[in-house]
Amino acid sequence: MPIRTVYEAKIEHMQILDEDGNLDKKLAKGTLTDNQVIHLYEQMRICRELDEVAFKLQRSGRMGTYPQNKGQEANAVGSALAMKKGTDWIVPAYRENAALFMHGLPMHYVLVYWMGDERGSKMPDGVNITPLSVPIGTHMLHATGIAWAHKIRKDKDAAVITYFGDGATSEGDFHGAMNFAATQQVPLVFYCQNNQWAISVPRERQMKSETVAQKALAYGIPTMQVDGNDIFAVYKATKEARARAVKGGGPTFIEGVTYRLGDHTTADDARRYRDPKEVEAWVAKDPLIRTRLYLESVGKWDDKKQKTLEEQAKKITAEVVRTAEEIEAPHASDMFDSMYAELPPQLIKQRETMRTSSIGQNPEQAGLKASPERV
Amino acid sequence: MPLWMHIMPELTLVQAINQALDQEMERDERVVILGEDVGHNGGVFRVTEGLHAKHGGDRVVDTPLDESGIMGTAIGLAIAGMRPVPEIQFEGFLGPAYDQLVNHGGRMRTRTRGAVTVPLTVRVPVGGGIHAPECHSDSPEAIYTHSPGIKVVMPSTPYDAKGLLLASIRDPDPVLFFEPKRVYRSFKEEVPEDDYTVEIGTAKVVSEGDDITVVTWGAPVFQCLNAMDELPEDVSVELIDLRTCWPIDVDTIAESVEKTGRCVIVHEAPLTAGLGAEISSLIQERCFLHLQAPVQRVAGFDTIMPYYKLEMDYLPEAPRIQKGIEECLAY
Repeated sequence: MPIRTVYEAKIEHMQILDEDGNLDKKLAKGTLTDNQVIHLYEQMRICRELDEVAFKLQRSGRMGTYPQNKGQEANAVGSALAMKKGTDWIVPAYRENAALFMHGLPMHYVLVYWMGDERGSKMPDGVNITPLSVPIGTHMLHATGIAWAHKIRKDKDAAVITYFGDGATSEGDFHGAMNFAATQQVPLVFYCQNNQWAISVPRERQMKSETVAQKALAYGIPTMQVDGNDIFAVYKATKEARARAVKGGGPTFIEGVTYRLGDHTTADDARRYRDPKEVEAWVAKDPLIRTRLYLESVGKWDDKKQKTLEEQAKKITAEVVRTAEEIEAPHASDMFDSMYAELPPQLIKQRETMRTSSIGQNPEQAGLKASPERV
Repeated sequence: MPLWMHIMPELTLVQAINQALDQEMERDERVVILGEDVGHNGGVFRVTEGLHAKHGGDRVVDTPLDESGIMGTAIGLAIAGMRPVPEIQFEGFLGPAYDQLVNHGGRMRTRTRGAVTVPLTVRVPVGGGIHAPECHSDSPEAIYTHSPGIKVVMPSTPYDAKGLLLASIRDPDPVLFFEPKRVYRSFKEEVPEDDYTVEIGTAKVVSEGDDITVVTWGAPVFQCLNAMDELPEDVSVELIDLRTCWPIDVDTIAESVEKTGRCVIVHEAPLTAGLGAEISSLIQERCFLHLQAPVQRVAGFDTIMPYYKLEMDYLPEAPRIQKGIEECLAY
């Protein structure tokens, strides 16, 4: 028998808005209206402002380690607009703040979280967002499970999107999630923000595959690559993925090609391992620049509007910082109170002994009386 | 009503768990079973036999062979309001799922301060004594007892297994439900067909006694009973089946040891930092002035659980337990 080809595939790359602000009108048809573009531009600019302020908060000792989103905002806003707020779940990593805000998370929550307070992950009622996932790649399985629940219950018009980076696709749980999602055909969008760097390891040393997108082929998941700094391409790809998902067509994989303009986190210094020329080249591809150029080219934007937006962003961000910083410090007993729906006696006792600073015996035994106030 | 209608059927552990799963799936449509070979095949121990045919492939799911995937997707199902009951085929395969269970399942409620919760019951066959392959006979309950945010249950009898499993599935937090495989088919007892629960976190006094307390859980309950049969008739042993490793029922243990003044703890898991160490510490905190002898531990050794030619030398069998009891009494 002759050798024959049993499988062939290709990976497509979609760009609709290039870095100079030129739009492919044919591909853009039926995607974003100019008003939507303005809305997304505003969201990106406000998110960028918060990002810069968060950086300064860390540098001035008012906040702990923070991972900047800078440069990747188009992935978040374009995909978030394509998902259905209030119905769909967002299962994030930690570099898609704007998507969370667009789906109802009050902005100060993100600061409260990075200020070291779990209440930043106490999602308000009706906000279908899981907490930021700091361990890499573990949350994609949760997204798969949530989407699976939609399928079992036959929920109408409901899907899930999960975000992760290029580095996460090396984790075993990434492959598990893809395989489970595909075999169960759950309504899920896998959105990979390929920002080229996993802390100090570049994509080409993270994997030997030409694209991240092709990894989905092995699981039988429809996949494509988009320019992740192009809100039109991100929106269009995610919209189509969601449509497939809610029609019972299963998961879709999207690789958004983008770049982490900042350090990995405030605890990192990317100058140790990155060529400044590379960063410079990507600064020119910044999603904010090209979106503004596009809006100016269609007469929807000018310097005056830009000035107003920047003032507005500053005002909103200042208010968000104030709100986050004004929140009273948590009670030490909070670490106990949500451990279980009903606290076991051991934890009640430990909460008591913490309060009395006794040595772990009964407070009475240690000669101390329990203080009536909370610590 | 004729008398025979009151006679309850005698069930094995496997049958009792199967019945509990079946009844809970009927009662609560949010309950789904997922795991390796749990569907068409009914599980490698046949614990889920018949459930796929009765409740359908959407609710009794043969998953890909990926323990972390099973645990992680079950967490997602639970977050979304389902009541998943994943099966990990053997306790030796819990390792790949450890991260998902401990770092995610057990953490979610507190890290969201109650906004996102994980009502999940993970069923896992546990322990040695059935001549199984390598990595099929371990007792890792202490590892998970040491992991905050989850509950750890290990019934030893069919009655308790049904009641504890129903309580676990209805519990709003993650429960790791260990099933001692050595007991799966070796013991039968009457199990009511009715719906009932056994409260998580409550130990059971299997037999009352005055001279010495023996605390154990899982399959060694039966080895302890065998050991007790070999003791002189005038020795009165109080045997406690812990049933739940966490939250631990320290009151039942302390009340007993205050009465007897002596205690032997028996477990299959390795000795060092096993649950016996914790119980021993709790006893000295609670019963120091009542103790007439050091607390003794009869446990597995700090070795790798040997392959089956040596497993009975490793396990705390009746002669070793008997010796431990006698030594503690002679102190």
